[in-house]
Amino acid sequence: MLDIRNLHASVDGKPILRGLDLHVGTGEVHAIMGPNGSGKSTLAQVLAGRDSFTVEDGSVSWDGVDLLAMPTEERARAGLFLAFQYPVEIPGVSNAYFLKAAVNAVRRHRGEPEYDAMDFLKRVKAEMKAVGMREEFLYRSVNEGFSGGEKKRNEVLQMALLEPRLAILDETDSGLDIDALRTVADGVNRLRSPERSMIVITHYQRLLDYIVPDHVHVLSRGRIVRSGGRELAHELEERGYGWIDEAQATPAAQGAAS
Amino acid sequence: MSTLEHWLQRYNAGRDALPGAGVPWLDALREEAIMRFADEGWPSNRLENWRHTSLALLEERSFAPAAAPLAPEAVLQRLRRDGEEAAGGHWLVFVDGRHAPALSELGALPGGAEICSLAEVLATHPDWVEAYFGTVEEGASPVALNAALATDGAFVRLARGVALDAPLHVVFIGGVREGASLVRNLIVAEAGAEATIVEHYVGVEGAGDVQAGAAAAGTAGALTNAVTRIAAAQDARITHLKLQEEDRSTVHVAQIAAVQARGSVFASHSLSFGAQLARNDITTRFDGEGCEALLNGLFHVDGRRHVDHHTRIDHAQPRGTSREFYRGVLDGAGRGVFAGRILVAPGAVRTDAMQRADNLLLSPQAEADARPELEIYADDVKCAHGSTVGQIDEDSLFYLRTRGLDEAHARNLLTYAFAAEVLERIGLAPLKRRAQAAIRARLPGGELMEAL
Repeated sequence: MLDIRNLHASVDGKPILRGLDLHVGTGEVHAIMGPNGSGKSTLAQVLAGRDSFTVEDGSVSWDGVDLLAMPTEERARAGLFLAFQYPVEIPGVSNAYFLKAAVNAVRRHRGEPEYDAMDFLKRVKAEMKAVGMREEFLYRSVNEGFSGGEKKRNEVLQMALLEPRLAILDETDSGLDIDALRTVADGVNRLRSPERSMIVITHYQRLLDYIVPDHVHVLSRGRIVRSGGRELAHELEERGYGWIDEAQATPAAQGAAS
Repeated sequence: MSTLEHWLQRYNAGRDALPGAGVPWLDALREEAIMRFADEGWPSNRLENWRHTSLALLEERSFAPAAAPLAPEAVLQRLRRDGEEAAGGHWLVFVDGRHAPALSELGALPGGAEICSLAEVLATHPDWVEAYFGTVEEGASPVALNAALATDGAFVRLARGVALDAPLHVVFIGGVREGASLVRNLIVAEAGAEATIVEHYVGVEGAGDVQAGAAAAGTAGALTNAVTRIAAAQDARITHLKLQEEDRSTVHVAQIAAVQARGSVFASHSLSFGAQLARNDITTRFDGEGCEALLNGLFHVDGRRHVDHHTRIDHAQPRGTSREFYRGVLDGAGRGVFAGRILVAPGAVRTDAMQRADNLLLSPQAEADARPELEIYADDVKCAHGSTVGQIDEDSLFYLRTRGLDEAHARNLLTYAFAAEVLERIGLAPLKRRAQAAIRARLPGGELMEAL
């Protein structure tokens, strides 16, 4: 489904991803863990099409299509969804307008009829209930003045409405207390399906108690350095990230010395 | 013929036909006012207050009506069809600076409310006007020209405690048969009176925009010179909304000057969307304790158009509160100027003043100047100001695009949202909707924003 090969990306000339390989099959949930600065968020942003990052090398094939050649909005319409670590506040744009515009952009692309106001409200209210959001959040500006948990719920709400084929959750757990984490994770779990792949990016193992991944990868210095099952997450929890960095650094240091 | 001679001739030839001609105080004031204008001429950027906006172009201009004007009836109909009827409202309409009774429609007014044209009140009760007409010295030279030559305007007087139930819409349709309109509006609110007054300035150019070429060269086009004076007595509440949608070849020069007595509340919304060049001077003075003022503004420029707001809030007395918010959306090679002066007089303790000016540049050729000027001569005051000039926020743009909105839609949405925040401060829903529609009509992709 998603095939990332030798991906190199930089920002302002500074390399961040340095030869990343990852394969995500249809319906699989992959967790990517790693210390701060390892390139987790960069990977998410590059996949979503943020142009402040420069792809220097490598390829990303999505069901045989060159993902990197698609503009951001086309990726979204084709079913890629990024849940932001820091959802953006947009004063003056009501959440209702924003959600409807997004849903209809995707529906148009799929050749489905656009929702009218009534159908849309019915649908959105049902989904809001499922993620524990009150209706008033429809009429407030997008994310403006939302708490951390409310913003993340709003991300999961968008994900539910847009029904992506590939969802990337970028540190969806950051800044959440345990109750909010549980609600958000429940929302995500509800969306798991054999047709939907997910990449769950997180610093902490905690989230993976709720969203149980099929595969866990460790990202360090812009590359996947270990892959395994759930147990890898527990290992990281126990040992921290230090040993990964050391394992990485040692051969490089030796290479430099010789 | 230089423009000064043009105006002197106009004065000499027309003074006896001006409304209220023969009223001694008015004759004398007009005589002095035209002398002042003849002496000073149009302001140019040699004057500090006009550094960014010179009216020197008016010296070479022949004031021409639109080449193929729409009928005023059609213009008015376009204004009135936006569902405003539901909210009622009184309509006082002026064409080329003269009252058009056939187009005007005043609903039932509460006792103690007088609404008529300035010409009418000068004919019947000039004594009602004298204290409020204004002086020769006030404002810049165009205000003096206006004092000498204003042909008409709205006169509103609200007796103690009288509240106008529905907004008064004063509509100025210019450039129909004459190139220059000079109007003076007087609003007198006695203690505890309340009203919402809307001034619309609209052009009559048809779709052809015939004069755009000549206007770009600065040689032809219409002129509007408007003065509005507002006297708010103790505890009066006046909301004033000005919607400037003049033709692209029109120069619009206006002053709004309020004087507030103890406990009065004045809200000014200045929406400046049209004109080749628009200059708005908006001032209020707190003459009593505990006054409140809101100065809220939004402008839009594109092409080579130019909009300038100079505001001044005079905290002359203690415990006054002022809030000022101005935003500009600048496209093409448009130019926007905001200069906000706040004066806190000695002894005006517990003053609370806040000013913000934010500009959104949509094009690399657009230019915005925002200049706060705070002069504080009292202790124990709270004064804050801030201004920004920026472009569309890339993070917001990316966020919207990751949700499937194409780039143009996302940009237009963020632009409209930036503008619409200003309009949220307009209390009356029908007026807010009208203002939203007016800005949507000017911004790219505005029709998509209707459901916002």
